[in-house]
Amino acid sequence: MTEETKPFEPVIIGFTCNWCSYRAADMAGTARMKYAPNIRLIRLMCSGRLDPTFVLKAFVGGADAVMISGCHPGDCHYVEQNYKALRRFHLLKRVLVQMGIEPGRLKLMWASAAEGAFFAAEINKFVEEVRALGPLNWSQPGEQVSTPIMEEVHA
Amino acid sequence: MSKPKFAMYWAASCGGCEIAVLNIHEKILDVDANFDVVFWPVAMDAKYKDVEAMEDGSILLTLFNGGIRNDENEHIAHLLRKKSKILVAFGSCACEGCIPGLANFSSITELVDTAFSTITTDNPENIRPQSSYAMPEGIITIPTLNPVLKTLGQVVDVDYYMPGCPPESHQIAAVIDLVIQVLQGKAELPPKGTTIGAGNSTVCDECKRTRNVKTIKEFRRIQFTHTDPELCLLEQGIPCNGVATRSGCDARCPTVGAQCIGCYGPAEGVVDYGARLISAFASVIDSNKPEEIDKILDGLVDPAGQFYRFNLAGSLLRSSKSAQKG
Amino acid sequence: MQRITIDPITRLEGHGKIEIFLNEQGNVTNTYFQIPELRGFERFCVGRPVEEMPLLTNRICGVCPEAHHMAAAKAADAVYHVEVPRTGKMLRELLYSAFYCTDHTTHFYALGGPDFIMGPDAPVAERNILGVIHKVGLEIGGKVIQMRKYGHTVVEIIGGRKVHPCTSIPGGLTKGITEEQRKEIEMMGRWAIEFAQFSLQVFNDIVLGNKTYLDLIVGDVYTHKTYYMGLVDEKNKVNFYDGKVRVVGPDGKEYVKYEPKDYAAHIAEHVEPWTYLKFPYLKNVGWKGFVDGPDSGVYMATPLSRLNAADGMATPLAQAEYEKFYNTLGGKPVHQRLAIHWARLIELLYAAERWVELATDPEITSPDFHAIPTATPTEGVGIVEAPRGTLTHHYWTDERGVVTKVNLIVGTTNNYAPITMSIKKAADSLIKKGNVNEGLLNMVEMAFRAYDPCFGCATHSLPGQMPLEVTIRDAEGNPVNVLKQFCE
Repeated sequence: MTEETKPFEPVIIGFTCNWCSYRAADMAGTARMKYAPNIRLIRLMCSGRLDPTFVLKAFVGGADAVMISGCHPGDCHYVEQNYKALRRFHLLKRVLVQMGIEPGRLKLMWASAAEGAFFAAEINKFVEEVRALGPLNWSQPGEQVSTPIMEEVHA
Repeated sequence: MSKPKFAMYWAASCGGCEIAVLNIHEKILDVDANFDVVFWPVAMDAKYKDVEAMEDGSILLTLFNGGIRNDENEHIAHLLRKKSKILVAFGSCACEGCIPGLANFSSITELVDTAFSTITTDNPENIRPQSSYAMPEGIITIPTLNPVLKTLGQVVDVDYYMPGCPPESHQIAAVIDLVIQVLQGKAELPPKGTTIGAGNSTVCDECKRTRNVKTIKEFRRIQFTHTDPELCLLEQGIPCNGVATRSGCDARCPTVGAQCIGCYGPAEGVVDYGARLISAFASVIDSNKPEEIDKILDGLVDPAGQFYRFNLAGSLLRSSKSAQKG
Repeated sequence: MQRITIDPITRLEGHGKIEIFLNEQGNVTNTYFQIPELRGFERFCVGRPVEEMPLLTNRICGVCPEAHHMAAAKAADAVYHVEVPRTGKMLRELLYSAFYCTDHTTHFYALGGPDFIMGPDAPVAERNILGVIHKVGLEIGGKVIQMRKYGHTVVEIIGGRKVHPCTSIPGGLTKGITEEQRKEIEMMGRWAIEFAQFSLQVFNDIVLGNKTYLDLIVGDVYTHKTYYMGLVDEKNKVNFYDGKVRVVGPDGKEYVKYEPKDYAAHIAEHVEPWTYLKFPYLKNVGWKGFVDGPDSGVYMATPLSRLNAADGMATPLAQAEYEKFYNTLGGKPVHQRLAIHWARLIELLYAAERWVELATDPEITSPDFHAIPTATPTEGVGIVEAPRGTLTHHYWTDERGVVTKVNLIVGTTNNYAPITMSIKKAADSLIKKGNVNEGLLNMVEMAFRAYDPCFGCATHSLPGQMPLEVTIRDAEGNPVNVLKQFCE
């Protein structure tokens, strides 16, 4: 296959919380539920730890999309911090849209530790949605798009 | 023994930094006494060729203000870097892009097109300025605009950063004092890359208004309310950026009832100023329901502008997608 | 063909470049004055809430942010169809009057003044504020610093900051002033009146009292007969903050008087491909090129223009000076560009008198300085007189008051064509047979400086007995003069 005919493989960074969604990913893994390798998971203790800076760094670093997942509302291990993630997500999305990053590139989902299958299915869905959007290719005029993350996916 | 050389230059700037330097009043005498001003286009007639003729590293201290908007700004930035021992990014434009950095929301084509097609512009042939144009007498040139505005640090190595739009005069005076003490061997320069002439905390620390736990049910715009002069503005729903903005200005704007618009740039340790504000503002919204959250956020009519007003060029994203397309 | 490039032009605000072309005989064939920069305010202000415009447009110019702040505030008021309470208007105009005093002082003493006080072809090293002080006395430096300090103090009291004021919002201001602040402002204003009179005396003694300078002022080299524009109040007296725009012809008669909202029916901007700035002209007269006369739409907007366009000054001391001005120069209108320096000082006096007038108005300390807008925002125009010329801000917004379109015609921009013409005429007249020297080039620049295209030189403070030694160097860095005061 030549460079031009290779299908676009989105690079997605997923921030998962330790207590619920990361365990869901674990569960999917141990149960051999297949989900797309395009997503690279980063574990936070809580979705409330998600600093919008991480999302921006991901985009600048070559990611085509970012997923944030945490415990269901009301189930946060630290009581209420997933609501902070919810509010930050809404505000961040508005800012990203003004910067020209489509709202479909940022996803927030809630998944409990028992929802491995749901977690895997959502990721697969997200990958296809981002594939349809195309590569983000965030770069300044005259500079290269960051490639380290992308190379890792194709390796 | 000759005095150490001093230079000050403006790239894409408004001249406010020059005025702030003049507003140190008597202190300008100390600059005069301790330095040899070799290049300062606003104040004296040395030209670019005079700088080019100087030895590399022969200018001890250069204060560079203004953003890098065109190829001339970029050329002079490289030239002054070569000729200067200490290069300071002076003022918000050089540090982080400042207001001209807002141009990075649009492509350079859009910027020029808008200027040359306003309702009063008489331009039937849709002319745009050319970097090089042949007149009957010869070819005359103007600089080429770069596709996005850059900060000084994005084009050359910077030694120190002095934030503010403009830096407050008492801070400028303090920095001049420090440099003179260094010259006299009485003090040491801070580590390279330090932000000088400003505080290490946030504007909130200098603001005298009363602060309580914030629970915002509505964002208000300043013209629609008579604010309580004693209470924190953010608490009253006025979007004040003091929470993430570096201290050093004495919180002048909140003192007179105007929200902090963030001209002193990010507080110490902040990687992306806008992200920090997104986090802070979102944290104090008083709702956990998505529809209600959205409704409250509708009160911020321009979030990207609110959070990146002075900092867009210096932020992580630096420019919008349409600016990148050219 | 020989070519002289002056790049960058120095001792002013902003960037500029002059190209002078000479033919084989060494005479000037053409001159181009190019503006090499564009930042894009008209585009990047789109999408911003309209109440931010007084803050964003401050950054168009850090020397006269007050002018943009006021024009933007008035345009935002118009967008919201809100009437600012009397106290709010007075506070804005009071800030503005004090700012005018600072700005005109800086220009006269540090930029324009040296050309007269030292002489237009005095050595480079002496043609600056230091030369002025050396010749006229240390006292002057101290007064100039004091005037700047006082003016900026008033800006800070009412506007919140010395540079880039922040208190004007749609409908008024965010704060008023206390009686204690009012007293301080009044005291400084009274001092400013004395300083303005002192400055006019300096001009009278040193400039008008010198035949060479007087000849230079009334001579033809720096004269153009164009239209003149300025803001006037309901009695057709000069007003910097509010009123209607009045334009008089080269014959001095009123050509048109319009309300700010109608500016686009009268002004258009010509484009050339070799510069980033456009050339405003009177639309209904038409663009005929860089020429003067009643058939050319080129107009000037400067202190001289304001005096020409008005029927007088609104305050008594300034009015007396206004009459003396026209009596000396042979009646209205005055066309000689160097007379702008004199007109500027008359405005300095008016601004100081107006400063005291407003500071002593019984309602200036009233708490009624802001009216909350209630109408749906649409579109609005705000016009003030910037020190350098008529300043127009025009905004369109959506129903939330978010800016959708911007048009700006900035003070000095009005004068782009006149400045170009003045430079060319001076170059034509002064550069003959290839004889060019630094002094002549400076006389070409004098054509430019009279318009005060923003900024001037550093002003120094000389507090009494402080020892001062300053070395003045020429362009090669060689010491030319050493000034010493109270030094061994």
